[in-house]
Amino acid sequence: MDAETSPVTLQNPPEAPQKLVYRSRLPVRIWHWLNALSIFALLMSGATIFNAHPRLYWGKFGANYDQPWLVIGKRGQEGFLALGGLEIPTTGFLGYTPYSTKAIPPLFTIPNYYSLAEGRQWHFFFAWVLVISLIAFLIYAILSKHLSRHLAITSEERKPSHLWQDIKQHARLRFPTGEAARAYNPLQKIAYLGVIFVLIPVVILTGMTMSPNLNAAFPFLLDIFGGRQSARSIHFLCAAAFCAFIFIHLLMVVLAGPINELRSIVTGWYRLPSARKDLL
Amino acid sequence: MISRRGALIGASGLLLSGCDRITTSPTVRKMLTLGEKATLTGQRLVTDRNALAPEFTRADLSPRFRVNGNFMPKSPIYASHLANGFADWKLEVGGLVGRPMTLTLAQLKAAPQRTQITRHDCVEGWSAIGEWTGVPLALLLRQTKISDKAQYIVFHCADDFSGIPYYESIDLIDAMHPQTILAHTMNRQPLPVGHGAPVRLRVERALGYKQAKYVMRIEAVASLAGIHGGKGGYWEDRSGYQWFAGI
Repeated sequence: MDAETSPVTLQNPPEAPQKLVYRSRLPVRIWHWLNALSIFALLMSGATIFNAHPRLYWGKFGANYDQPWLVIGKRGQEGFLALGGLEIPTTGFLGYTPYSTKAIPPLFTIPNYYSLAEGRQWHFFFAWVLVISLIAFLIYAILSKHLSRHLAITSEERKPSHLWQDIKQHARLRFPTGEAARAYNPLQKIAYLGVIFVLIPVVILTGMTMSPNLNAAFPFLLDIFGGRQSARSIHFLCAAAFCAFIFIHLLMVVLAGPINELRSIVTGWYRLPSARKDLL
Repeated sequence: MISRRGALIGASGLLLSGCDRITTSPTVRKMLTLGEKATLTGQRLVTDRNALAPEFTRADLSPRFRVNGNFMPKSPIYASHLANGFADWKLEVGGLVGRPMTLTLAQLKAAPQRTQITRHDCVEGWSAIGEWTGVPLALLLRQTKISDKAQYIVFHCADDFSGIPYYESIDLIDAMHPQTILAHTMNRQPLPVGHGAPVRLRVERALGYKQAKYVMRIEAVASLAGIHGGKGGYWEDRSGYQWFAGI
């Protein structure tokens, strides 16, 4: 039994309101919102593009006569998602809804009707926003030491025992309080570093690998990802990973105090949370 | 009182009509074309004009190559050409050229040939690998003494969609590229009707809609304005697909 679970004595005076600290600098906040906008636009316009051929393959080629590993489709008035040999009914959600027969319904697509040409216009516009803002952010993060000071995992945090402790605290939905809440916690750092250095670069590179023109310029991209259709599949899996990240990210914001978190990513100012009173 | 359900439906309705207003706004559409311009400029900047599209081996061929677009041109002229095995068919090469030509299928086959196993990428997302044999377009354009004023090569086709003829265009960088050929042979067989018999364009660094099938006439032009809808191709005119189909 560790100290944290010991009951807080009732003699403690009521906590004074915690102070506001300046946690996120302007370039970080700008990048966050520009990124949020482009990722949403890319996911939704990407859904339109996926609807043009809602089948995914591994390898150099893949079309209707070839074996897909994932299909979202419809049979009569029933929607389904086929993953390998497994078929999951998705009527009303994917493949077939009362108002749409496309794989991903218009509520989740840009534009909110089926137009591959327009979906592509949106996708490639925001792809440029994503690429340019990532490069600008990386230059800023390195030069301002945001990367080394706030995002880099310290040698202490890298210890398995420390990480395990952090996982346990997250699983119990206990977030750092007081001065400890000033910095990102290790799992948070891993999530952010994963998005910045793995997810966004891989989604950009697999996107480029799907370009027949860039295949001529950078043929090694095809070798890295195992062919154009594999790159397309990985691109889609990255999109799924973005959805998972967004879900967990928003969940954490809600659990950690949505007003305080939103204020900090809009204005930069964050109120350090008081110690937990959950045992009172 | 407004029920939660009613409020949700109302809110999503507002959101959707808001989306409609954004996606149909001319300002937004104009802004989005910046992406297309950046893509054309950026891709041309990093791609050598002679950089080759990847070529594959016969082991990589798609077992079955999907037919897309028109399967069979509806015009009576095409039907008569097909009936006599394209014996009287002639390809016209004209426009801004010093010496316009007409070529029979036999003449095209007698010219120097290039064979390549390449991947066909449809704008929808699927790919198929096929082997193509044909005459390099650069060879024909040099023989016709193409003018310095020519900026684009337009391909007029025998097929149509609801009476609107198919056509496509490429710039001289793609036209002079070593892999840009007029293919008459696919997978070592005469080009099937579904794939564009007797001759289709292969421009290997671009998406499928650029690979014009049933090519009847090739025209060198200084500008795409005034040709059909003016955007350089059937799908560009009809649905706003990007003229530069490098991605």
